[in-house]
Amino acid sequence: MRRGSWHVQILAFVLMATGLGLCWYKSAYLRLPLQPGEDTETWMVQARVTLDARSRPIKASLAIPLNPAGFVVLDEDFISGGFGLAVETDHDRRRASWAVRRADGKKTLYYRLSLAKAAFTATTVPGAVPTYPPKATYDEPYGSAVRALLAGVRQESADVATFTRELLLRLNMSTGDENVELIREGVDNPTDWVHRIVDILQGARIPSRVVYGLRVGTPRNDTPIESLLLVHNGTEWLYFNPTTGERGLPEDFLIWHEGDTPLVTVDGIDRAPEVSFSVTQTQRDVIQVARKRADHLGSVLVRFSLLSLPVNLQNVYRVLLMVPLGAFLVVVLRNIVGLKTFGTFMPILIALAFRETQLLWGIVLFVLLVSLGLLFRFYLERLRLLLVPRLAAVLTIVVLLMAVVSVISAETGMQRGLSIALFPMVILAMTIERMSIIWEEHGAGESIKQGVGSLVIASLGYLVMTNERLQHLVFVFPELLLVVLGLMLLLGRYTGYRLSELRRFRAAAQPPPT
Amino acid sequence: MIFARPSQLRAQGILGMNERNADYVMRYNPRRLYPLVDDKLQTKRLAQENGIAVPELYGIVEVQGDAHHMARMIEGRASFVVKPAQGSGGEGVLVIKARAGDSYRLSNGTLIPEETLQYHLSRIISGLFSLGGLPDKALIEYMVRFDPFFESVSYQGVPDIRVIVFLGMPIAAMVRLPTRKSDGKANLHQGALGVGIDIASGETTYGVSGNSPATTHPDTGEPIQGFVIPHWNTILELAARCADLVGLGYLGVDIVLDRDLGPLVLELNARPGLNVQLANRVGLLGALHRVEDLAEIPRSIPDRIALARELATSAHPAAG
Repeated sequence: MRRGSWHVQILAFVLMATGLGLCWYKSAYLRLPLQPGEDTETWMVQARVTLDARSRPIKASLAIPLNPAGFVVLDEDFISGGFGLAVETDHDRRRASWAVRRADGKKTLYYRLSLAKAAFTATTVPGAVPTYPPKATYDEPYGSAVRALLAGVRQESADVATFTRELLLRLNMSTGDENVELIREGVDNPTDWVHRIVDILQGARIPSRVVYGLRVGTPRNDTPIESLLLVHNGTEWLYFNPTTGERGLPEDFLIWHEGDTPLVTVDGIDRAPEVSFSVTQTQRDVIQVARKRADHLGSVLVRFSLLSLPVNLQNVYRVLLMVPLGAFLVVVLRNIVGLKTFGTFMPILIALAFRETQLLWGIVLFVLLVSLGLLFRFYLERLRLLLVPRLAAVLTIVVLLMAVVSVISAETGMQRGLSIALFPMVILAMTIERMSIIWEEHGAGESIKQGVGSLVIASLGYLVMTNERLQHLVFVFPELLLVVLGLMLLLGRYTGYRLSELRRFRAAAQPPPT
Repeated sequence: MIFARPSQLRAQGILGMNERNADYVMRYNPRRLYPLVDDKLQTKRLAQENGIAVPELYGIVEVQGDAHHMARMIEGRASFVVKPAQGSGGEGVLVIKARAGDSYRLSNGTLIPEETLQYHLSRIISGLFSLGGLPDKALIEYMVRFDPFFESVSYQGVPDIRVIVFLGMPIAAMVRLPTRKSDGKANLHQGALGVGIDIASGETTYGVSGNSPATTHPDTGEPIQGFVIPHWNTILELAARCADLVGLGYLGVDIVLDRDLGPLVLELNARPGLNVQLANRVGLLGALHRVEDLAEIPRSIPDRIALARELATSAHPAAG
C-alpha cells in the first residue's frame, strides 16, 4: 500500500469504528445478545383483588406501578371480569379503576405485570425536592422519649444518611432502651411502624416518605407487601430498610406504590377487599426484552431497527444482510487467494439457493442442471444460433430441466429435489453459456476447473451465510456491515501478492542463473 | 517448492495483479482513454493517421449476414484475418491462409466452408468475444507473413512481440511463439511459449510455457535463448510512439514482424499481463521504480529509447 491510500484507510477506520461502536453500545447498554437464542429471566407479578359484591354499584381502585426503578415493564394486562376499566396516571402515580353498575357474589380482579431487570439500576430516585417538614409536636411522655432518642442519635452521626441509619438501628434494637420501648408502644404492624419512624424523623426536620413494594427474587404465591423508607438528605432521596437500617434499594425490590396513597380502595361493599400478590419467574427471548429496554431508554437505534419490521420482512432481511458477507468472501478468495470464478457474484447467488436445498443436494442438483444444460448447449452450438436467441433457448431449457427434476423427485418422494425451483435460472443459463465458451476456447479442463472453483466458493459462501451465529450478529447488529464495508475498502487497496501468484511466479523467486 | 514466499517475490521485484491494478493501471491509465485501445478499429485508425505501420484493413463487417459486402472486401485476396474489434486475449481471431473455391483454409490447415465463416462473423458481431458482451464489429485485415527469422521457433501462426511501455519508456518485452498447443495463436494462456527479450540488447533471455520455465520450443525442439530480435530499435520506437499516441501510462504494445513490411503494430493493451516477468525472470517493479524516479523523461523518441536501453543495461549488466 502506498500513495494516497491513507484516505481509504481513514475512511475504513471510521466505518469500522462506527460499526463496532454502535455494536458495543447495543450490546453493553441495551443488552442485545451477541449469541443467538439467548433467554433472559423475566418475572410475572400478579395482583389479585377479591371483593364481595352485594348488588350495588362498585368502584374499586388499585395502585399499580409506573416505571418502577430497576425494572423494565415488558407487558401488563388486566382481567376485569365484567367491570369497566380505566387506568389513570397522575405524575408518578398510577391507578387502575374498575367500576360496575351491579354485581353479585365474590368477584376477582387481576392485574398482571411482566418485568425484566433494567440495564442499569437508576441512580436517582424520582420525587420532587421536598420542603422541610414543620416542627412536630408530640404528646408527653412520648415527646420526651423522641427528643431524648434524637439527641442521642445526633451525637453519633454526621449527616442525614448516618443519622437515619443510627436512628433505625436504635429503634430496632431488641434490648431496650426505655425511650425506644415507649416509642414502640401501640405499634402492631410494619405499616404503623414505618409511619411512626416518619413521624420521629419529622422531629429532626428530616423529610421522609414511604414506598411499598414486593420482592420478586423468589417466586411465591403469597408475596407480602413490604415498605421502604425514603429520606431526603438535601440533594437526593435515599432508600432505607425500616427494620434493618440497610441502605439502598434491594436488587429484587419492585416498588408498587407511594405510601401516601392507599394500595386499594373499594366503594360499595361491606367487607374490606382482599389483595394478594404472586410472583412467577419465566424465560423470555432476550431480544424482545432488549427492545422493551431500549423503548424504555428512549433509544432510537432499536426503535428504528430491523426488529421493528413485520416478521416476514425480517426473514427476508435475515437473508439479504448475509449477502455482503458472501461478497466479502468473494473479495478475499479472488483478491487474496486468487481463485477464478464464472461471474463475480454468481457463486453467492448459487450459495443463496443452497440455503433452501442444503449443501449436498444443492451441489448434486447444480451439477446435474449444469451438465444437462451443457449437453443441450453443445447441441445448440451446431444449430448456429445468434447470441440472444441462443441464451434465451438455454434459459428455457434450464427452466424445463428444473421442472422435470422437480416432477421426478416429487414422484419418487425425494422432497429435496423440489427445492431446485429456487435456483437462480438466469444465473444458471449464463453459467452454462460461459462454461461452454471457455470449453470451446480453452478446453474442457479449464472450463471444468472454473466450474469447480465456482462451486467451491458457492459452498464456502453457503457455510458462511448459513452460520447461525453470524446470521444473528448481522441481523441484530446490522452496523457490523459497516465493519465489513471498511474491510472491503482496505482490501480494495491491498496491493500485495495473491496466494495463486506465489505459486504462479515461483519460478521467478530465485535470481536467474547468469 | 509449491509456493514462493512473498518476500522472495518482493526481492525479485515481481509485480502482482493487485499492485498492477491499483498502483499502475488505475493510476496511470485514465478510463476515458480505454476505448482507444479496447476497440482495435479506433487504434488502427489513430495509428494510420500518425504514420505508424499497422496491418492493412480490408474492411469492416457490422451487419449480420452481409455476405456480398464481405465477398467484395476479400475479392482477389488469397489470405486475410478476421478478428473482433473489441476482442481480448486473441479470442475470436480466425486466420485464413488460402481460399479453395467456396472453402477457406485456416492457418492450422483445416478447411472450413463459407457457411462456417459467416457463422463466425455473426458470432463476432453479436458480441460473443467482446469485453462485456456488447455488439461488436468484425475486422478483415492483412494476414501477416512472419519473418523467416522465427521459422525455427514457431508452430504455424505468427509470433508477436509484447513490449511493456511505462510513461513512454519501454521497460520490458517478450516474444510469444505459437505452439501446437496454442493452435497457432500467440497467446500465453492458450499455450503459446513466452520468451523474454532484454530491452537493452534485443536478445532473447528465458522461456516460459504456462507457468514453468522452458529453454526449447516444445514443437520444433529448437533452443530459444540468445537470439537477437531483428529491427529491435524500430520495435522499441514503435512501442514508444504508440504510448504517446494513446496517452496511457501503462501500456502493452503488440508488434509483429512482417517478412516484407517489417514491424507492424497489431494491437494495444491497457492491462497487459504479468507473464513478461516470468519470461524474463525479472520482476517489473525495478524497472517501474527506475522510470518513476527519473527527474525527466525525454520527449524525443530516439533519446527516450537510448535512455530506456541505458536503464536496462545498468539494471542487469550481465544480461547485456
